[in-house]
Amino acid sequence: MAEAALRVEGLSKAFGGLVASDRVSLDLRAGEIHALIGPNGAGKSTLIGQIAGWIRPDAGRVLLAGRDVTRLSPARRARLGLGRTFQVSTLALPLSARRNAMIGALARAGGAWGFVRPLMRERALTEAADAALARVGLAARADTPAAELSHGERRRLELACALAGAPRALLLDEPLAGMGPEGAAQMTELLDALRREVPILLVEHDMDAVFRLADRITVLAMGRVIAHGPPAAIRADAAVRATYLGQDDQPEAADV
Amino acid sequence: MSAALALEQALNGVQLGVMLFLAAAGLTLIFGVMGLINLAHGALFMTGAYACAFLTRETGSFWLGLAGGALAAAAAGAAVELLVVRRLYGRDHLDQVLATFALALIFSDAARWIFGPQPLWLDPPAALSGAVPLPGGGAYPAYRLAIIVAGLAAAAGLHALIARTRLGMRIRAGESDREMVAALGVNVALLYTAVFALGAGLAGFAGAMVGALRSVQADMGEPVLILAFVVIVIGGVGSVKGAFAGAMLVGVTDTMGRALLPALFARIWDPATAAGAGAAVASMLIYMLMAAVLVLRPKGLFPADG
Amino acid sequence: MAEDARDTRATLALLAALAAAAAGAHALGEPFYVNMAARVAILAMAAAGLNLALGFGGMVSFGHAAFFGLGGYAAGVAAWHAANQIPLASWPVLVPGTDRMIVVWAAAAATGGLAALLIGALSLRTSGVQFIMITLAFAQMFYYFAISWPAYGGEDGLPIYLRNGIEGLDVYDPFTFFAICFVWLAATLAGTARIMRARFGAALTMARLSEARLASAGVDPFPVRLTAFALSGAVTAVAGALNADLNGFVGPSALSWKMSGELMAFVILGGVGRLGGPVAGAAAFVLLEHFLGAATERWVLVFGALLLGVTLFARGGLLGLLAGRARHG
Repeated sequence: MAEAALRVEGLSKAFGGLVASDRVSLDLRAGEIHALIGPNGAGKSTLIGQIAGWIRPDAGRVLLAGRDVTRLSPARRARLGLGRTFQVSTLALPLSARRNAMIGALARAGGAWGFVRPLMRERALTEAADAALARVGLAARADTPAAELSHGERRRLELACALAGAPRALLLDEPLAGMGPEGAAQMTELLDALRREVPILLVEHDMDAVFRLADRITVLAMGRVIAHGPPAAIRADAAVRATYLGQDDQPEAADV
Repeated sequence: MSAALALEQALNGVQLGVMLFLAAAGLTLIFGVMGLINLAHGALFMTGAYACAFLTRETGSFWLGLAGGALAAAAAGAAVELLVVRRLYGRDHLDQVLATFALALIFSDAARWIFGPQPLWLDPPAALSGAVPLPGGGAYPAYRLAIIVAGLAAAAGLHALIARTRLGMRIRAGESDREMVAALGVNVALLYTAVFALGAGLAGFAGAMVGALRSVQADMGEPVLILAFVVIVIGGVGSVKGAFAGAMLVGVTDTMGRALLPALFARIWDPATAAGAGAAVASMLIYMLMAAVLVLRPKGLFPADG
Repeated sequence: MAEDARDTRATLALLAALAAAAAGAHALGEPFYVNMAARVAILAMAAAGLNLALGFGGMVSFGHAAFFGLGGYAAGVAAWHAANQIPLASWPVLVPGTDRMIVVWAAAAATGGLAALLIGALSLRTSGVQFIMITLAFAQMFYYFAISWPAYGGEDGLPIYLRNGIEGLDVYDPFTFFAICFVWLAATLAGTARIMRARFGAALTMARLSEARLASAGVDPFPVRLTAFALSGAVTAVAGALNADLNGFVGPSALSWKMSGELMAFVILGGVGRLGGPVAGAAAFVLLEHFLGAATERWVLVFGALLLGVTLFARGGLLGLLAGRARHG
């Protein structure tokens, strides 16, 4: 079997007495969307933080294409091919969509250490940015400041920023959050096509999208993996049903 | 250095430490509760000293002057909060720094205007003008000892205030969650004014006590402000406990360094060079301490937010 | 971008006005006002150095007096050693003092840049208020050191009896000296503009606006910030060296926190993150100080009140009024 694009082995993290990750293991293979779901407070954000390098795990390893990156900084992991978007937008709002996307390509196309040549004449950067913008359907909005984009457009621009870095694995933290049905449908379609270019670890609350998109699903509760498998198996899983049905704020959504 | 001298220097260090704590506690509280950096805090320290000197001269009573100094600083703090600082809470640190820097300039120049460019002199009260014998044969000025006791009492009072009273409960709530306090129906505007006045009053109290130790001058607040910053960075921004630990550490380190280093250097160099180098290096000691803390624990010894 | 172009035009207009004022004063035989223009150019350059860290990099340094003063002392100490014919160091290699401006500038830039590198490496481990307090504290360390170290004048400061020189130029001619300062200022602004349009500027901007996005793109924000901070310190230090030569004196006051506050005020008064902001701010300060300082003894009080008013009520600074709304909101 080919080496997984991303592999997590036994990640554990506790904050004081609160166990946020309890020996979590999962992997992400080429060509797939692997969804990570769980009720609020299940430890999804902490897990994503540890994978991306913002939170240092107490135990366990993170491997990127077989390479142990557990002790590397977020920037080093990004240079090794880990792209990500955030739950809360991290776009530079005053800058144009293109400028935002160009930053995404900076490390891959030579780094930050250029002091003379104007950015807009850096062909490698503008081309990578424009290709990423076109990929998410924002080509026509390239010169628009991020602040003037709609919410759905901003979510797609976030994705473009990550894509501009030509990632080999993608972490998407609730890319559909706050979107209307139309935007959600658009994004779902985009992600569906994207899996052939880069495998995606998807954290998402929209269960319709999750069950439509995911090749595999890992369910997290109280920091622990309680179920793992293809969507049909997860839908039938008793533990998952108990977890979700026990939650007032997560009613029938998981039950589709 | 003899044991008596060492004890005397240690007491001097503690005395500087409690003064720094009184100045730093207000700063760190104001930051913890309101998220504000206040460069005018040294000016409030100075206000306490001037008010004390003025009232002592007019009334003849140091004790009235001391109380008046703390109250005047608290009143000045409340006024500053109501007129200026209130507009700065939502702003970024840059605006806060600039506006409170401007306040510091205004205060010190106003003091020069009102009281003249010459320093004022303030004598410690007659009851405390003597010396207290120390074990080991030395003697220590009673007034300095009184400062230590008063400072420690104020620190204990502040601790009790924060831990036991309704105001303290609100302060603690404000430190952990600003929106929550408002949601609980606490009058936030009043709370902020009270915290600012409390911090200013503590600084003013310290200023009034120090005034009788040295002289009272318009720019006496600025070294205290800087040292209070060092204290806060070492102790952890927003933490009153950290401010106490940091203040003691800075007070003792600075005092001992100034006392010991020139003597230490004199073993290597000739006396003149040693005195100069010793003084210069001693002046840098607490900053090296701060640098070391930053390397080892960037959030300070007692980080307020865990 | 249109805003950039407007910013550039405003900056060029300010520089032209400064040069014209100096040339006019020179033509009218008013060396006092030529020197005043040189002072504007020097303070503007120092503030432009700060602007690179503060305006463009979002690092609120309240300690740039350290670099300004160190640059001044580099000039003063080099000149003192040259005048007294005492070598600066005799081991491991003999380093003589110097009275050549170009060497002094290099020494100032190296001293300021190195100090900024050290202070930055420590203080950039933190952010927000801590960063402000730490930069202020370290600057104050140099201040107290200068006061207690008796070798170079201590509290009294260090006079520079003979201005450092450049071959082929009469540096005692006020207009020539102004021209030197002006070229430095123009070069600083042009260099800043250039850097900010290049990759490094893009990364620095992103470090200010969205650190997480920059790191996720594979660029570590820390070295980017640290480099900007060191460059910023080096520029401010060269301005400090020019200032020492202009005044024929360098003292602890160049290192004081008031100096840091003033430099910061120039940047803010002019308009944060605007290329020409420091020029507008420094010019306004020097003019006000000259005319108000003559009219009232309470100049500091008036300056404090003005600064307070501008900070509270006129956001966007002077260039905000000249060149349109505040940049970056």
